[in-house]
Amino acid sequence: MAAVRTSSEVAFNRAAIAAVLVATLIFLAPIYWIASTAFKPKELAVSVPPTVLFQPEVTPFIRLFTKRVQMQKPVDPQVYEAAPWWEKRIYDGGERVLKVGKDVQLSQYPDRFMNSLIVAVISTVLAVGMGTFTAYGFSRFKIAGEADLLFFILSTRMLPPVVVAIPMFLMYRMVGLNDSHIGLIILYVAFNLSFSVWLMKGFMDEIPKEYEEAALVDGYTRMQAFFKIVLPEAATGIAATAVFCFITAWNEYAFALIMTNRRAQTAPPFIPSQIGSGLPDWTTIAAGTFLFLLPVAIFTFLLRNHLLRGVTFGAIRK
Amino acid sequence: MTQIELRGIEKFFGAVQVIHNLNLAIADNEFIVLLGQSGCGKTTTLRAVAGLETIDKGDILIDGKPVQHLKAADRDIAMVFQSFSLYPHMTVFENVAFPLRATRMSSGEVDKSVREVARVLRITDLLDKRPSALSGGDMQRVAIGRALVRRPKAMLMDEPIGALDAKLREEMRAEIKRLHVKQGSTTIYVTHDQIEAMSLADRIVIMHEGFIQQVGTPDEVYSHPANLFVAQFVGSPVMNIAEARVADRAGAASVTVGEAPAGFEFPHRLLSKLNGHSNGGLTLGIRPEGVLVRHDAASGYMPVEASIIEPLGSFDIVDLKVGSTMLRARTKAGYVSGPGEKVHVRIDPEQAHFFDTASGKSLGVRL
Repeated sequence: MAAVRTSSEVAFNRAAIAAVLVATLIFLAPIYWIASTAFKPKELAVSVPPTVLFQPEVTPFIRLFTKRVQMQKPVDPQVYEAAPWWEKRIYDGGERVLKVGKDVQLSQYPDRFMNSLIVAVISTVLAVGMGTFTAYGFSRFKIAGEADLLFFILSTRMLPPVVVAIPMFLMYRMVGLNDSHIGLIILYVAFNLSFSVWLMKGFMDEIPKEYEEAALVDGYTRMQAFFKIVLPEAATGIAATAVFCFITAWNEYAFALIMTNRRAQTAPPFIPSQIGSGLPDWTTIAAGTFLFLLPVAIFTFLLRNHLLRGVTFGAIRK
Repeated sequence: MTQIELRGIEKFFGAVQVIHNLNLAIADNEFIVLLGQSGCGKTTTLRAVAGLETIDKGDILIDGKPVQHLKAADRDIAMVFQSFSLYPHMTVFENVAFPLRATRMSSGEVDKSVREVARVLRITDLLDKRPSALSGGDMQRVAIGRALVRRPKAMLMDEPIGALDAKLREEMRAEIKRLHVKQGSTTIYVTHDQIEAMSLADRIVIMHEGFIQQVGTPDEVYSHPANLFVAQFVGSPVMNIAEARVADRAGAASVTVGEAPAGFEFPHRLLSKLNGHSNGGLTLGIRPEGVLVRHDAASGYMPVEASIIEPLGSFDIVDLKVGSTMLRARTKAGYVSGPGEKVHVRIDPEQAHFFDTASGKSLGVRL
């Protein structure tokens, strides 16, 4: 619909668009920085002034996924010629790939990445699932002390994680949950649940009661009505909540740093631990960070239609 | 064959009693309309029959069997909501088929039933669409289809056309009537619109503040309102109500309203029929069509002044100043030319109603 606009409104509109463009550039700059560094030759990563145009290479990613050691003397030319292309890149940097027999030894990055994925996905599914049921209960039934209970649920989110991290760590060690996937999943579910309940309650409240009542009259039980009517109607809300819970769990640093160190360590505490001493290898770190960004970006991209509200709403008269 | 009987229903919301000792017997195939303002308990009553609301006292019987402890799903009743409540994530076909999917009906039979109902409701073309693509009237047809498809024992409708605009409402009203005549099922219909009630109902149940005020055919509640509430709620334009005094004047009864200097002439037998109510605590009710207006003086007509004229197309409503009160009369369009015009007015005794002012109850006096 094209409404009539005055010239000052048009000018304001253009200024607003310009402001949004500038803001977008500012927000995208760090992402560009990480992405470009991940594909830079090692020596260009720290060049001053920064290099903008360069020949991109995947060597940082090869270094990211392999275990390497510094070579004391130059590589034997015959060995170099026989090596596959990716191993040559490592030799080019004065290093060699560690092998047990013929098998290339992988770095810890894939394991840590997998840990992040396991913990984030499972904790998101649990937090959103439990949150959806809880929110439905709060939305549809009269519960004694409803407001107090909801506030209590919210209050679990009020302390910063570092405050509870130490006592949590001691308790976890006592019951053997430290450095375990389950331990981290429990923590993240507990942390995300309050958020999930509150967000889902908002969405549930917007689903008209009549939908279920119609189903109840039409011969369905409340449970059937919930799964056949409420869940599909709440898809938008579930998707939005899932994205937020996933991002929180995926990016979580403080608990992961304290609670895990090997088996269950996730990527956020692992990546900075690789900076190590001496001259840090920024390109490899950037490659690790860049890959780490992708799941969240993909997940959000896949659910983008659900994140835009109002797709399924509007077929009911109020 | 479905009879519904409500016996001594009481319902509280917290400390507030919303239904008081409600008794109602609904015959097979009867179209009952619960009529009243919002908050009168009509929707709560309907939801109690559906099983969406519990009752605190009394019995709900369907075909003689108490059902108040049965879940909604087990009562075999269908309901149409004001909001239509069509599921946006399903097509029209799936929406209509939804109640059948709860049964063990084969998909072939489901398909057949849905198409049959769609044919009756003329929504066959819409079966593949989503509810959001439908007009308000079509949404309501689909909602009715979903209710009919199961061939339920009874149909409950909660202001089913209240959300539509005026023209569509009229169309759908005719359509609901046509369907009821054709399909014939025991129906309880809730509305606050008295025109809807009059045009659809076999019997109207008028409710106010949780009490049934009157149960009767549209003609009965219009011609013989049981009390002042019904008298003023049913009929448009609204019935004139005025405190009245009755005197015996030379072989005729004289009814004075609003401290007017003279009274309206009524037959003498009014006095005996009123039986002592003639002075004090008497209220006269007269519909605008019972207030007769003419230009020239005539026997029994009182000279008055017209104040406001509302032209309504086929007729006008004219406010006439009688003493300290106003009587609204229905005249031919343009009969009274403007405010301030002097006309002559009479009350048609045959259309007059008399009520006890204190209780509001009709005295049952008709001439």
